[in-house]
Amino acid sequence: MQNSFAYFLDQLINGLTLGSIYGLIAIGYTMVYGIIGMINFAHGEIFMIGAFVSIITFLLLGMAGVTWVPLALIIVLVVAMTLTAIYGWTLERVAYRPLRRSPRLAALITAIGMSIFLQNYVQLLQSARNKPMQPVVSGGVQVFEQQGYVVSLSFMQMIIIVLTVLLMIIFTTVIVRTTLGRAQRACEQDRDMAALIGVNVDRTISLTFVMGAALASVAGLMFLLYYGVIDFYIGFLAGIKAFTAAVLGGIGSLPGAMLGGILIGLIEAFWSGYFTVEYKDVAAFSILVLVLIFRPTGLLGKPDIEKV
Amino acid sequence: MSAADSFAAPVAEVPGGGQTLLTVEHLTMRFGGLVAIDDVSFLGADGRITAIIGPNGAGKTTLFNCLTGFYKPTVGRLTLHHPEGEFLLERLEGYRTAQKASVARTFQNIRLFPRMTVLENLIVAQHNKLMRASGFTAAGLFGLKVYRDAEAKAVDLARYWLDHTKLTEKADVEAGNLPYGDQRRLEIARAMCTEPVLLCLDEPAAGLNPRESHDLNDLLRYIRNEHKIGILLIEHDMSVVMEISDHIIVLDYGRKISDGTPKAVRNDPAVIRAYLGQEEHEELPPEIMAGADNAGRSPDDA
Amino acid sequence: MAVSAAEGIDIRPLNLAAMVREASITALVVFALAIGLVGFETLDVPGGVAIRTRFADVAVVMALAFVGRIALILLREHRPRPVLIVAPILTAIMLVLLLSETIFGSESGAALKRFMPFHDPVVLWGVVAVTVILAVRAAYAQTHVSSSLTLEERDARMDRIGAGVQRAARLLGPLLLGAAIVLPFMPFADRRVLDIGVLVLMYVMLGWGLNIVVGLAGLLDLGYVAFYAVGAYSFALLATQFDVSFWVALPFAGLMAGTAGVLLGFPVLRLRGDYLAIVTLGFGEMIRVILLNWYSFTGGPDGVSGIPRPSFFGLAEFSRSVPDGTAFHEMFGLEYASIHRIIFLFYLILAMALVVNVFTMRIRKLPIGRAWEALREDETACRSLGINPRNTKLTAFGIGAMFAGFAGSFFATRQGFISPESFTFIESAVILAIVVLGGFGSQIGVVIAAVVLIGLPEFFRDLQQYRMLAFGMAMVLIMLWRPAGLLAHREPTLRLFGRDKKPETNS
Ligand SMILES: Nc1ncnc2c1ncn2[C@@H]1O[C@H](COP(=O)(O)OP(=O)(O)OP(=O)(O)O)[C@@H](O)[C@H]1O
Ligand SMILES: [Mg+2]
Repeated sequence: MQNSFAYFLDQLINGLTLGSIYGLIAIGYTMVYGIIGMINFAHGEIFMIGAFVSIITFLLLGMAGVTWVPLALIIVLVVAMTLTAIYGWTLERVAYRPLRRSPRLAALITAIGMSIFLQNYVQLLQSARNKPMQPVVSGGVQVFEQQGYVVSLSFMQMIIIVLTVLLMIIFTTVIVRTTLGRAQRACEQDRDMAALIGVNVDRTISLTFVMGAALASVAGLMFLLYYGVIDFYIGFLAGIKAFTAAVLGGIGSLPGAMLGGILIGLIEAFWSGYFTVEYKDVAAFSILVLVLIFRPTGLLGKPDIEKV
Repeated sequence: MSAADSFAAPVAEVPGGGQTLLTVEHLTMRFGGLVAIDDVSFLGADGRITAIIGPNGAGKTTLFNCLTGFYKPTVGRLTLHHPEGEFLLERLEGYRTAQKASVARTFQNIRLFPRMTVLENLIVAQHNKLMRASGFTAAGLFGLKVYRDAEAKAVDLARYWLDHTKLTEKADVEAGNLPYGDQRRLEIARAMCTEPVLLCLDEPAAGLNPRESHDLNDLLRYIRNEHKIGILLIEHDMSVVMEISDHIIVLDYGRKISDGTPKAVRNDPAVIRAYLGQEEHEELPPEIMAGADNAGRSPDDA
Repeated sequence: MAVSAAEGIDIRPLNLAAMVREASITALVVFALAIGLVGFETLDVPGGVAIRTRFADVAVVMALAFVGRIALILLREHRPRPVLIVAPILTAIMLVLLLSETIFGSESGAALKRFMPFHDPVVLWGVVAVTVILAVRAAYAQTHVSSSLTLEERDARMDRIGAGVQRAARLLGPLLLGAAIVLPFMPFADRRVLDIGVLVLMYVMLGWGLNIVVGLAGLLDLGYVAFYAVGAYSFALLATQFDVSFWVALPFAGLMAGTAGVLLGFPVLRLRGDYLAIVTLGFGEMIRVILLNWYSFTGGPDGVSGIPRPSFFGLAEFSRSVPDGTAFHEMFGLEYASIHRIIFLFYLILAMALVVNVFTMRIRKLPIGRAWEALREDETACRSLGINPRNTKLTAFGIGAMFAGFAGSFFATRQGFISPESFTFIESAVILAIVVLGGFGSQIGVVIAAVVLIGLPEFFRDLQQYRMLAFGMAMVLIMLWRPAGLLAHREPTLRLFGRDKKPETNS
């Protein structure tokens, strides 16, 4: 069975779906790293909060009798993006902004402290147990069949992939076309200089966190839809993998983050499909170490020569 | 660019006199599309001060970064004629330039260890020597005499440079708490504690007041005359350059536009043109054209 | 409005509307943060998840945010008096509510308790802490010209305190050590107290080990517990599979952990520090995944059991009867007591921790230790001085890992049983919190922090649930308040003029 084309196709579809989720989280890492040069360790937690807000909204909609799936999805998407974005904004405002000119170590410790805090905050408020949810979207289309092995593309996977592509298009347009995007690129290159020529640096950085958090919340929603169960700990591993994706694609590069996400998703899916499911997380981690050894600038990253 | 003979020594004799210490041949450094240094060749001499001047962005700091192992040159050969043999600096990565070839440097933006004391800064500079003496830590852990003696010697050397940079009084102060001028001198003292054969100073007089600047001139002359090492000096202050250097190299947009004794460079039309083209550098042309009267001084009158 | 504080600060007229607007925005943000996760609770019911509302809590949180913000604005505008009046009143009310049962007896106390804004007293204690801090700040502002210190002033002050603590430690250290040595013979030192003592000392040792990596070398290691796990499993497997005794396996376990550290650090340490943080974070998790899944080797989730207990230096065993050897109590002609082993473990970990401490104090004054600190300060400058950054960092990282390995083998032999459960990220976070709270590079700080963070929750089991929340928050607050670490103070490793002769004092 494992060497049939159908099986391969099945893993490919799974990999792309997973990769979309990782890619959306990875964008947040990459943007923040690009603009303030630090790893936002709490970003995985933001993703987890997005998933929790999504499940709560779904349950409320269910109680309110909103059963038309497209409408429910859109409402959840909007609510989750908004509320999670505010978490992202607050995180930057409260924890990172005061430390912008402090030693790196201090900023990193704050980030990890924030991550621990948010994880336990959700655990205390929502209990440590798994939160399962009935599948919202079911069904799918059969795309391929081989010796009785049916490969199908579920509607949910379609939603995930289409939504990701859509968000990527919107997002790229924002970065390339708008003043915000230009301000962001200016801050990335030289924050003091950008401030001198009238860019509102604080606001730009805030918006970067807001956008990163909003995308992470979409990833959280997708994760919830895809696996049908979440807990307060999902942000940890997903965060590490998404970071790996960002590094693999070249940290600081937006297309790189998406590419890295897809690759990590594919690697994970194929590893689980052809080798062992247990070690799929180890596979992603090994990729991180290998990339750091052989190509620290990632696939699409620019070499970073330190000016002295 | 691969043929070895294209690197045949392009300059015959060092303009300021002295034994050749450093040979730079066809050095080119590109950052993407930007050519920061473009086919620069020159010689630097032992026991002489070689000034490197040029407008902002001319590529002076980049040249230092190539020499001291921070950047790997795109093209070019950098040979250091060390008493223990020749070193090809472009092949030594990073820290090895200082460790093996004894090239020391200071930075345009001061880089001290701010939370360590002045004395500690100078002891850290003698790291490699002390590591060997401490038996790579083993002998040190047990407090053997070999190590204690080596440390005492290191403190003596530090003391020597503290005395010569007028920092002895402040030996136990955190480096970050020193006034700006002291920090500049401490950086030079720290570089000297590595016992270099070539010392690269990146704008050591920047931000100093005239009095400090004058003391700095004395210090540099002292290092040159007593320790007989080669000094490369990047400096914007022409009074300093003309007063103490034996040999001047002028860079502009990454290219060498002049190379010679202070007198020759001052009268070089190419230099005058390069500087006149730059409005921000009014401070230079009058000095160059007036042929500043303090120019003819010999290196030894301090 | 009364103008308080002293002259010399120009006090702007208070813009009430602006103040209310600012506080309202804060309350609104808090509303947005709270409505999802605080406002609704997901309940586990058979066959899925149900939902319950907690709107009252959201309202209270918003109100607190509003009032708190107004207090902060008033302090910022140099008008501490209203804060000085309201904050203590609020504190008093909360305290009455909290202690109602003890004050008014259980019946009316319980009735009063219903007015508590949160069901959980711990949250209320948190609010009390905030109001107390506000009151103290207001009182300070009332009596001082400037209500808040600049970052530098605060840093200088904390540095003086840190220096004071370290000076005191020169006296206190031996006293503490003496106290630790006599502790097992104290009448109150029962099994429980000794167990907690051993636990605290284990974390002291881990904290000191991590302090080499984080405090001295400035490398953020978020997977410290992974090396602890490597040490523990190396020891456990050697001891159970190959019958190697504790005293032989101990150095080997340290070596294994150190090697793991070097192998992991090698590719990463030439890159920027952030990468090390995330790689160690990932490594900690991967070690756990491997331990869980490599069933044939590690026993998977079942762990390794039957790990031999340490003998008395290979001379005698701590058991009632030893078939082929001597028993400890027979050797010394004592009555058999099971606590002998615990006392021995206590001294063992005390000695191991001391070794780490002495090692750290010595190595700080050696070239390698100075190079670690120099690298933490400025890696570029180090390269210009011929210091090999990667190898130097690697030694710090490897030595830190090795000490974790030693501690791990102690853990294994003490428990007699280990499983992947014991090596989660939370453990790494706790050790890091100890180092951060104690102050980077401060040996005595680690001891204090370990006693506070490990000892206290052991005695107050109710707080367990909030422990990690508090640790995370503490890390953030400490970094915001003083990025160098709470009690951090750096003593020079050598002086030209000796400690007392100060030719010139700067600052
Ligand atoms: N790491 C780098 N990446 C990209 N460009 C660089 C880098 N380092 C230097 N440059 C560019 O190379 C050119 C030369 O810079 P350099 O710092 O050498 O000038 P300089 O002569 O030292 O000027 P100044 O007098 O202002 O110090 C500049 O245009 C600079 O932007
Ligand atoms: Mg320069």
